[in-house]
Amino acid sequence: MALLEVTNIHAYYGNIHALKGISLKVEEGEIVTLIGGNGAGKSTTLRSICGLMKPRQGSITLRGEDLMPYKANQLVSRGIAMVPEGRGVFAKLSVTENLELGAFHRSDTDGIVKDIDYAFTLFPRLGERRHQLAGTMSGGEQQMLAIARALMARPTVLLMDEPSMGLAPVLVETIFDTIGQVNKEGTTILLVEQNAHIALQVAHRGYVIQTGEIILSDTAQALRRDPTVQKAYLGID
Amino acid sequence: MRLVLNQRTIDEFSWVDFIIGVLRVVIIALIIIGSWNTLASGRFTADQWISLVISGLAQGSIYALIALGYTLVYGILLMINFAHGEVFMSGAFTAVFLAEAFDRSGFLNGSPLLAVPLLILFAALVSMSVAILLERIAYRPLRNAPRLVPLITAIGASFFLQYTFRGLYGSGFKSYPTVDALRGSFTVGSVTIPISQMVVFAAALVLMLGLYWLVERTKLGKAMRAVSENKEVSALMGIDIDRIIVFTFAIGGALAGAAGVINGLYRPQGVNFFMGFVPGIKAFTAAVLGGIGNIPGAMLGGLFLGVIEAIGPNLVLAGLGIPGANQLKDVIAFTMLVLVLIFRPQGILGERLAEKKA
Ligand SMILES: Nc1ncnc2c1ncn2[C@@H]1O[C@H](COP(=O)(O)OP(=O)(O)O)[C@@H](O)[C@H]1O
Ligand SMILES: [Mg+2]
Repeated sequence: MALLEVTNIHAYYGNIHALKGISLKVEEGEIVTLIGGNGAGKSTTLRSICGLMKPRQGSITLRGEDLMPYKANQLVSRGIAMVPEGRGVFAKLSVTENLELGAFHRSDTDGIVKDIDYAFTLFPRLGERRHQLAGTMSGGEQQMLAIARALMARPTVLLMDEPSMGLAPVLVETIFDTIGQVNKEGTTILLVEQNAHIALQVAHRGYVIQTGEIILSDTAQALRRDPTVQKAYLGID
Repeated sequence: MRLVLNQRTIDEFSWVDFIIGVLRVVIIALIIIGSWNTLASGRFTADQWISLVISGLAQGSIYALIALGYTLVYGILLMINFAHGEVFMSGAFTAVFLAEAFDRSGFLNGSPLLAVPLLILFAALVSMSVAILLERIAYRPLRNAPRLVPLITAIGASFFLQYTFRGLYGSGFKSYPTVDALRGSFTVGSVTIPISQMVVFAAALVLMLGLYWLVERTKLGKAMRAVSENKEVSALMGIDIDRIIVFTFAIGGALAGAAGVINGLYRPQGVNFFMGFVPGIKAFTAAVLGGIGNIPGAMLGGLFLGVIEAIGPNLVLAGLGIPGANQLKDVIAFTMLVLVLIFRPQGILGERLAEKKA
């Protein structure tokens, strides 16, 4: 049994059949990436796992426990944390307050303080701006904050929705280095990306999603060499 | 309540702009002429002006307490709870019976320092319960309905509460018993300040500081601020949105109920089922004045409105030769509301409404 198992989920927006039977697995300690073009259903998959929307069919389990009955806010303490698409930092709250909110479900004050310090060693830029309002920071800094905030929940599985979106290539490198580091320190990650190139560099395995269906799945190495992936997602002819 | 005033193209001549421009000039001219006449005539001494300002601050702090309820709920749901005046009434009206009992037993004047806070607490609990029920029964089922729907429901709920309390307690007027300890006044320099005004202002201030502490320093307050910015991401933090919404109504309700008793100390008369209407609209004006959704704005807006009401009629209206100027207090408040909505819909401290996503 894998740590996170998504089995044959179907999700709809009104009549739009956005996910047509998605199945995927994430093993403990892995970075798994879900790559696909715009509108393929990547966000919908993550939103289904984290409880922001309910698939009509299928099952989602974490360590064998069925996650379907729970709402998003109830899933945080069960081990699911998410870095939402477009970062979603609380603009009018300070960096520290954003981090504290990430630990909302926890009550171990000492542990929270330690984890905030850890976030500041992971992203020193955030430490320098700890009292600043999140909305006044650059896009890259906000993305760092969104990741650090999700880590504050001490998740079993960290879900990330396009962390590279809208960032300069140098920043993307920095952030993906940190994602690799976070994973080496023990966090399991499911990473959604349009930027297949960088995602396949950091991930162990990957799935390719197209119009609501998984069309390919393999190790990251194999996917990088796959002609379909090269043509459609890596821009290699 | 989105007011689309900023989306006109600049180069296009518009009669609306022209009329608003003329209106602006006329209003400013009238204020200047009126104030000038009054000050030149020396009708009031400086001390009298100071007394007026102080009484305005006392009245304004009551508006501020009620205004916070509008602003807290708007901040989280982008909805105007037009039944909030009735939330205020329910606490004020219910507590008057306890106040009478306290008075009869001699407790009220025997130990006012205990009796008055108890009355405030009691009214706060009553109004809080009404606000919570209102949210559960009237608003929650409509959370995803178009914005006009909860607005209409609020008006319906407002009538429902008025007539429920009329049914419960009758339609006659009651008044708060006088508290002897609040009767006198003291003098600072040459200005006389009634004790009741000082106590009203101090009590309101304590409650507002308490709210500020709650919102800025506690985990619950942080969650409230997060929910008012982004509900979906707040849920991803593990915050139970429904719980925060209930808390918001509860806090706003408690402040309104407390304001009900504090108001009764200051103006004992006029307690009945309809008593929430005028303070409700004035507090709404105060909230809009300060920038709806903005907590310090509601506090400032309330105080500002109180002071304007206290000095406006004497300063501007009397100077323009309008007879019985003091009876036109309410006109001042409602004129302010209209003017703010025309000239500065975002209020004193508010951001532009258009910035807030609906
Ligand atoms: N709120 C929504 N309402 C209606 N359709 C939506 C909504 N969100 C997404 N969709 C549709 O669902 C499909 C999958 O969207 P999404 O999961 O956001 O794709 P991705 O994240 O891969 O870009 C798309 O066809 C999109 O148009
Ligand atoms: Mg997406």
